[in-house]
Amino acid sequence: MQSSFQLAFLIPLLPLIGFLINGLGRNWHSKQWSGLIGSGAVLGSFVISLLVFQSVEAGQDAVIAYFDFIHVEGLHIPFAFQLDALSSLFLLIITGIGLLIHIYSIAYMREESSSSFARYFSYLNLFVFSMLLLVLGSNYVVMFIGWEGVGLCSYLLIGFWFKNQEYTKAANKAFIMNRIGDLAFLLAIFWLVIKTGSASFSEVFDFILANEGTAKFTATDLTVVTLLLFIGATGKSAQLPLYTWLPDAMAGPTPVSALIHAATMVTAGIYMIARSHVIYSMAPFTMSLISWIGLATAFLAATIALQQFDIKKVLAYSTVSQLGFMFLALGSGAYIAAVFHVFTHAFFKALLFLGSGSVIHAMGGEQDIRKMGGLSGKLKITYLTFMIGCLAIAGLPPLSGFFSKDAILLNAFLHHPLQYGLALFTAFLTAFYMFRLLFLTFHGSFRGTAAQQAHLHESPALMTVPLILLALFSIVSGWIGIPSVLAHDADWLSNFLSPVVGSVVHEVSHSTEWILMALSVGGVLLTIGFAWYKFRNYSATESKGVFRFFEQKWYVDQLYDKVVVKPIAYLGKLFNEWVEPHLIDAFVNRTGKTVQLAGKQIRFLQSGKIGTYVLFMVLAMVTVLLIQFFIRK
Amino acid sequence: MPINYYLFLAIALFSIGVVGVLTRRNAIIIFMCIELMLNAVNLLLVAFSKMHYHQAAAAAIPVANPGIDGQLFVFFIMVVAAAEVSVGLAIIVMLYRNIHSVDINFLNRLKH
Repeated sequence: MQSSFQLAFLIPLLPLIGFLINGLGRNWHSKQWSGLIGSGAVLGSFVISLLVFQSVEAGQDAVIAYFDFIHVEGLHIPFAFQLDALSSLFLLIITGIGLLIHIYSIAYMREESSSSFARYFSYLNLFVFSMLLLVLGSNYVVMFIGWEGVGLCSYLLIGFWFKNQEYTKAANKAFIMNRIGDLAFLLAIFWLVIKTGSASFSEVFDFILANEGTAKFTATDLTVVTLLLFIGATGKSAQLPLYTWLPDAMAGPTPVSALIHAATMVTAGIYMIARSHVIYSMAPFTMSLISWIGLATAFLAATIALQQFDIKKVLAYSTVSQLGFMFLALGSGAYIAAVFHVFTHAFFKALLFLGSGSVIHAMGGEQDIRKMGGLSGKLKITYLTFMIGCLAIAGLPPLSGFFSKDAILLNAFLHHPLQYGLALFTAFLTAFYMFRLLFLTFHGSFRGTAAQQAHLHESPALMTVPLILLALFSIVSGWIGIPSVLAHDADWLSNFLSPVVGSVVHEVSHSTEWILMALSVGGVLLTIGFAWYKFRNYSATESKGVFRFFEQKWYVDQLYDKVVVKPIAYLGKLFNEWVEPHLIDAFVNRTGKTVQLAGKQIRFLQSGKIGTYVLFMVLAMVTVLLIQFFIRK
Repeated sequence: MPINYYLFLAIALFSIGVVGVLTRRNAIIIFMCIELMLNAVNLLLVAFSKMHYHQAAAAAIPVANPGIDGQLFVFFIMVVAAAEVSVGLAIIVMLYRNIHSVDINFLNRLKH
């Protein structure tokens, strides 16, 4: 075994230790120590992840079992890590971006008290630990531990400022929405364990490959398992119909939104499906469902993002939309394209979120873009990096978003032309709402108060350096997957990932590819121009017609409120106001009353006179004897 | 003598004991009534023991300890009764010292 693989257990362990130190000692550490411990732990993981990645890149892979997690008759689930191309790539994303965000947080959270500062870093470390467990696990059970762990940390961090009632509600919403998906994931694991007798990826996939279509694993089993896993993914990765928690999750601190709700946790569903690609490839119905749901989510979220005025909400809907793109790629069978988009999206979306954090920081907590404008003069670094992020997400070459989005669009084109059309249109919408955000925030004239204008300042170096690094990666990270039409043999990512997730080779003529690229780039450029024309000098106007519909988020929240929340609340009220007092309480109280009443009557027998007691004794004995005497007969 | 006579006598003694315990209030008399009941049982034991021995002898069934089993119990009961009497009388003496009476109707402290 490679020596770097022997260190693999430290990758999740270091953040766990950091969590314990910061969590237990939160009342004693100074802020510098908490920040150092938190970031140092992730730095350690990052270095080891780099070593592991190097070994994997050299062609090594391994499954390392540490101890038995569950060992009973007929079922053996080891606590084991899988080190291969897919997991090592995710390791780099999680620890790399995680490190930058930890550093950024030191400056962003510095106004917190030292106790809640340490609490923040302990949660962040716990999150990194869970996320690493999720991608390292070599079976569904270990993955599920991480899966639940990230859900918990997401809840804790959304509700970090728990004194605000709205934030706690958002945290609850995220947690409950995630639970729905988690339940489906759990059911899928049970189903797989019952049918295949194992939870390890390799064993499950081998079993299904060998027995697919037979009585041991019917086509129905396959569809049910893949659907259940996908429902799990829709919860965690914010797809229709469970996406509404993600925009509300913006209640958390901005670096948390960048790390958890943009770069890492929400891509867990994509990781899980890419990991299970063997079974998904055999389930065409699920695949087409995934692609349609992904596309619908992408489109819906993009239209909502057009009309949002909270800087973080726009980014949140943009994240939902981009996740939809990734699911579209998964559904088209283009696992590599999906993972590629996860990779590039992690950089530019983290960059955009951190940039928005820098803006919010400068505006003194203001998040409404209608009250911003003209910030480019005061926040030069933030402006430039934010612009790079926008260009990357819009998909202009040679920035990273172009390559990954192009790969998805190409696969959609080959898969289903209608899907391609819709996806292309959604890509234009993406460019439009991102540049609307950019122009509203940084161009035109300042629309806030004078006090806010005086407060405007560029963020400290601890915040701008991560921005610059992320901007750099947002430019170059796409270059690992340059399609062969542009540069021969430059698609490193496909070569790297294809042993794990399987490669899909498409025969497309170069001219078709050129046309598709030109179409998307040209469209995006036109859209940006249109956005410039429309939002260069913004003044607030009432939105009308279909845009009002978008501004109200398609009334999905209201719909859920009417269809799900209200009936459940009504049911709860019914149980609370009728069933509880009239059935349960009544039964319990009557029981008690009966005993009390009986006691009141029987109490008179206790006279304290020995003669009476003896009389009762004799009478009782005579009665017993008589009964015995007659029953014997 | 037929066994019936012994039975009637024992029942009479036992009933006198029970009624005495139930109706009298003097602790010493109650005590004596308890002794009466115990001795009624003793009488029955001796009588049945004798009866079983005679029946076995008449049917020519060999018996290990002829006519002793029941009488052995009588001695046990006598020993226990003697011990009980000593403890009981001691209690009554203590009672008398405390409340200058042996009327059990004064002993209703259990109620409280």
